[in-house]
Amino acid sequence: MSATSIRTPGVTGAGPARRRPRRIGTIALYVALAALALIYVYPFVVQVATSFKTDADAAADPLSLLANPFTTAAYRRLFLSSDYPLWFANSVVVTLLVTAGRVFVNSLAGYALARIRFRGRGLVFAGVVAVMAVPGVVLLIPKFLVLKELGIYNTYAALVLPLVADAAGVFIMKNYFESIPASVEEAARIDGAGTFRLWWSIVLPMAVPALVTITILAFQGSWNELSHFIVASQDPSLVTLTKGVAQLTSGQLGSGTQYPLKLGAAALMTIPVAVLFFIFQRRIMDTSTGAVKG
Amino acid sequence: MRIAAFGASAGRRRRSVERRPLAGWAFVSPVVVLLGVFLVVPVAMALWVSFSDWNGRGSPLSSGVGFVGWKNYSDLLLGGGLATQNLGTALRNNVYYVMFVVPLQTGLSLFLAVLVNRRILRGRGFFRTAFYFPSVTSSVAITVLWLFLFSASGVVNAVLGWFGVTGPNWFSEPSGLVHLVLGALGVEQAPAVLAGHGLLGISWWQWLSGPSVAMTAFILMAVFTTSGTFMLLFLAALQQISGEIEEAALVDGASSWQRFRLVTVPMLRPTVLTVITLGTIGCWQVFDQIYTGTQGGPAKTTLTPAYLSYESAFGNQQWGRGAATAFLLFAIIVLLAGLQRFVLRERGVPRRRRFVAVGPAATTPRTPEVVPR
Repeated sequence: MSATSIRTPGVTGAGPARRRPRRIGTIALYVALAALALIYVYPFVVQVATSFKTDADAAADPLSLLANPFTTAAYRRLFLSSDYPLWFANSVVVTLLVTAGRVFVNSLAGYALARIRFRGRGLVFAGVVAVMAVPGVVLLIPKFLVLKELGIYNTYAALVLPLVADAAGVFIMKNYFESIPASVEEAARIDGAGTFRLWWSIVLPMAVPALVTITILAFQGSWNELSHFIVASQDPSLVTLTKGVAQLTSGQLGSGTQYPLKLGAAALMTIPVAVLFFIFQRRIMDTSTGAVKG
Repeated sequence: MRIAAFGASAGRRRRSVERRPLAGWAFVSPVVVLLGVFLVVPVAMALWVSFSDWNGRGSPLSSGVGFVGWKNYSDLLLGGGLATQNLGTALRNNVYYVMFVVPLQTGLSLFLAVLVNRRILRGRGFFRTAFYFPSVTSSVAITVLWLFLFSASGVVNAVLGWFGVTGPNWFSEPSGLVHLVLGALGVEQAPAVLAGHGLLGISWWQWLSGPSVAMTAFILMAVFTTSGTFMLLFLAALQQISGEIEEAALVDGASSWQRFRLVTVPMLRPTVLTVITLGTIGCWQVFDQIYTGTQGGPAKTTLTPAYLSYESAFGNQQWGRGAATAFLLFAIIVLLAGLQRFVLRERGVPRRRRFVAVGPAATTPRTPEVVPR
């Protein structure tokens, strides 16, 4: 803390750019950071390494990053003799539909709540906020009941539609629309554009930062979702990755550990969200408020 | 034309251009219908089920289903049988989970944020990424990884082996931490006063067990996966503290620890409140990890109310009891969130500071959505 925040030139005295970590405190800081980073990163590295090991090797030398012998048996089993490809395809379909659906309905509603005056607007917004406060985990039994009642239990609709219902995204879009000036829309309105066309061709292009945000949230949320898929179907052809891998894990704990197989399955399912994270890293990790407000 | 707005947020509303009731309702109707059908109606149905004897066959709304009043709730809270015992055990487990996870995740995320917030830091982006990455992975994938790391011949025990410690078989070990410590001190038997009395079907001695070794592994996992998210919340808040305030304290001769304790921490108070509240709410919802990892075992020491509710309904077809458990959990979450807001409410800090963390969270992925359930 003290070494770098006091603006006295160092011994070399060539300005902040050339200041080198000399003090013990600074060295300790880097040692602490490196140790912590190792703890945070190593599990994922060892996960990938172990997925290429044999069961015996994984148990004998869990820390090693070199598979000995190297084998792709786990991945061959996942792809050639399990339902993993089906789970993956289901996850892709469900995630894309949920993400597209959420972005569409949330940006519509967020725009209306921010800009259009209509009777009942306050009530709708209060409802959205109230719904946001309901913890997801108490909805397991309720969702199952309503899906049964509607007769869509065990269908793709049951996997997708309840996840499209999302109050947080409405809130994000509303906040965003309130932060940008209305003058552009007003000009377009004078030109006689209808509300939907105005929203589609003028408003949405201006809202790209917020749209990206809710796209990331929706993608990550639905890709990683587990509990909803558990209660929405029991048809083996509708199993998604999270549910499939969870059942693979819990079902076979008794008979042999099969860690390479399980870790490979878990590593593969992490790739899409990891890619998304690294593409949008700057946006996700940006903590300065200026950029956020667009 | 513009219509003069009314009410408290008049300034904001003046931006609305004109009254268009049809367009307004057309735009919000998809969300209203979806939230209504998949959130409001289901909750109402489940509330009915929690007061009924529905056994899972047919529709819960059919005429054959009977109203049983508070029976499901009283079986859980006052019955004294297995239902009460399970609820008591699940509550005990989750209380310890909250007691350990919330302080650890808050402290660690603040610590990480302070470390990576330095103006001059090589590899700052790398460190932030490393600490945040566990937060984007799914709870299922992390649980699978954790089962391996904490297995009898896993990574953690291999590391403990370097120090001559023989690690336990984490996820199969039901002993509570407090009981283990007391055992090491020679207290093997429960004092009669603790063993003979209890609450919710389990004795005080069992209440005081501490988290089991298996639950401890879940506790460490929660800290590992959530600290990155909360680190970002703290970072956003730290960047709001202007350099001038820091410098003023510096001129006053405050040491770096004093500056941190007397300047930084008080200004972070609203963020701490947010983190504690979000953390507590998240902790009471722990489900995915239990479903994937232990299904409540060993010896029910990782059973949580959320998993118990699921298991009663979908496993044992006791839908009324399951729904009642869910609503009790809902009540606990609401009560605790309210209590925390009250106990940790701001005193003397300007109100607008409250929005420091919440503001950016509204447009970046730092909503409760990100917090693993």
